[in-house]
Amino acid sequence: MALTVAVHKLTSCSGCQLAFLNQGPALLSLMEKVTFVHFIEAGLYDPNTPVDLALVEGSVTTKDDLERLKQVRAHCRYLVTMGACATSGGVQALRNMANVDVWKRAVYARPDFIDTLADSTPVAEHVKVDFELWGCPVTQAQLDQLILQLSRGVLPKDDAEKVCMACKRAQQVCVMVTRQEPCMGPVVRTGCGALCPSFGRGCYGCFGPSEQPNGDSLANRFAGLGLQPEEIVQRFAGIHSHTPSHQAQIKRWQQLIVKEIE
Amino acid sequence: MSEGRKINLKVPFITRVEGEGALALSAKGDRIDTLHLKIFEPPRLFERFLQGKSYVEVPDLSARICGICPMAYQLTSILAFERLFEVELPAHLVRLRKLMNLGEWLQSHSLHIHFLAMPDVFGVDSALQLADSHGDLLKRGMQIQEAGNTLMRLLGGRSVHPVGLQVGGFSRLPTQNAWDNACVQVDAAIIAADQLLQWCAEQSVPDFSHDFVAVSLQGLEDYPINGGDIITSSGLSMPVDEYPQRFKEHQVSHSTAFYSLLDGKDYLVGPLARINLNYHRLPASVRQRAEQLGLHFPSQNMFDSLRARALECVWALNAARDILKEGCPEGPANVDYQVRAGTCCFATEAPRGLIYHHYTLEDDGTVANCTIIPPTSQNQARIEQDLKQAVMAFGLDKSDLELKHFCEQVIRNYDPCISCSTHFLDFRIKRDN
Ligand code: SF4
Ligand code: SF4
Repeated sequence: MALTVAVHKLTSCSGCQLAFLNQGPALLSLMEKVTFVHFIEAGLYDPNTPVDLALVEGSVTTKDDLERLKQVRAHCRYLVTMGACATSGGVQALRNMANVDVWKRAVYARPDFIDTLADSTPVAEHVKVDFELWGCPVTQAQLDQLILQLSRGVLPKDDAEKVCMACKRAQQVCVMVTRQEPCMGPVVRTGCGALCPSFGRGCYGCFGPSEQPNGDSLANRFAGLGLQPEEIVQRFAGIHSHTPSHQAQIKRWQQLIVKEIE
Repeated sequence: MSEGRKINLKVPFITRVEGEGALALSAKGDRIDTLHLKIFEPPRLFERFLQGKSYVEVPDLSARICGICPMAYQLTSILAFERLFEVELPAHLVRLRKLMNLGEWLQSHSLHIHFLAMPDVFGVDSALQLADSHGDLLKRGMQIQEAGNTLMRLLGGRSVHPVGLQVGGFSRLPTQNAWDNACVQVDAAIIAADQLLQWCAEQSVPDFSHDFVAVSLQGLEDYPINGGDIITSSGLSMPVDEYPQRFKEHQVSHSTAFYSLLDGKDYLVGPLARINLNYHRLPASVRQRAEQLGLHFPSQNMFDSLRARALECVWALNAARDILKEGCPEGPANVDYQVRAGTCCFATEAPRGLIYHHYTLEDDGTVANCTIIPPTSQNQARIEQDLKQAVMAFGLDKSDLELKHFCEQVIRNYDPCISCSTHFLDFRIKRDN
């Protein structure tokens, strides 16, 4: 029996869904393994038929997102988050560090027309999540692996090892050691195959925190490279600012900024 | 039609791909009272959280506005900063930027044509349902899409949120192997795109021509993509710096996207606007092929926008081949520059039309404020105008279902993000007879 799949979108950029539609001819062979039931970007609208797998893209930023998410949970066997937005609140969670009303007023002349919750939050803060796919965007390989495993009736094993490991295996030259680039690789989970270092630039953390991230040491190293506390805060306040380990560094270095001012 | 019949269509949920929207149409007899396309894109407040960030981080963050055209956001911000820092790129880097841009157009256009628009032609809900009956058409589309993706990967590592671009050039130059592979992919896709154009030309297209103003960039010689002045079909021509004086944004209660107006009027951006204003800039061979197939531009019929996209695919692949033929470039991947404070702006052509960025930077390159105007908010007022006229021409006496499908197609002509969501207009119709 083909796995039935629903693809849902909350607040996001649609980039993760594109991992499906963008895969070219492989999509045709994928369709032998799965039956899409609900997938708006592909033209299928049927949100409430029960499915084996609901993939959720996007974070919760409106009341409507939340309502819809509860419906999704009620109509699926496995709920899997797809990408940074759904898994950690995404780039739009940067607003959690600020006063949203002030922000809304800065962007919109009539903030009263805009309905939004104060925070951008991950799916798992609201409903039970069976598995998380990190990445901004997720990769084809992550999705393939998930679907392969689920069609055998098991969830995949989480792989949270560091970008550094993939970088070493690819025999790339470390950009932090050789070029003093403030690379997030030591605290970020792999999945991209160390893409940024392969382009000679530091990782900016789009796959989110790795297993046992040693943020203290890395941030200290950044300071050793000459980064100011404000710049260190900005390194962690990126795509996954709402995760606890990144928050810890953001708070730690923000306190330093405050002390300096005092 | 019976006198005084009232229509009250409420489409509360156009779903949310790239912009959550709804449609409300109420009519009495043969007069439309209101017709609103409501866009509820949940606000993500990008312009605000870019404040305080270094200009270096802007491209990677602003890319996340849209997963379908991330490069347009990256490149427009980078070009704005390079203008401020007075960076002169060597010719090979300028060519590579264009090559990557072409890749994004190809990827986005083929997604629209095959996944969003083609189901209309066959009267099905989803392209996925065409896999058995029209697998060859889909495969052909995927080949064009894959050529686009290959170009994005060649220069950016991945096609969604690529990582290769930076102020001053690229973080690395492509390898010879990857370059050769791109040549093969592009050559194969050129044949596919020509067949696609022919297919588009063979499909019958309803004629809903009407007056509208088209807006696009215009370069010195070439078909516009990532630079040039702004021109309009009403005869205006202005440097990008004058954009804020002529184009004004305002908010309406039924949308979280801004409405942009040119001198108080709606206008069109995107493939058809570009073709209408720059047809003569297409290479003679591309124009000849179009004419041979019986295609005529300029066109005031929005239903020709599918053909415009296909023609742009043909152009983009030929332009990509010309760049690829010059060989894998050698030399520096990027150039040095001096950061300085100031304000800067730039506009490029995203797949779906003109995109405008404006920044003020502090001494160390920190963003003090910014404005980003994407194509969709510029087209929003135009879509509503079009809907009003087109629905009248189509006939308010048509059945609910016919009206719904028609409105979906009209909206889909403009923008692949909104167009796909309008597959699901959940029409609730109240008729008082
Ligand atoms: S995780 Fe990144 S790519 Fe995926 S939807 Fe969110 S912003 Fe887009
Ligand atoms: S290296 Fe880091 S920022 Fe770059 S793609 Fe991988 S996880 Fe994302």
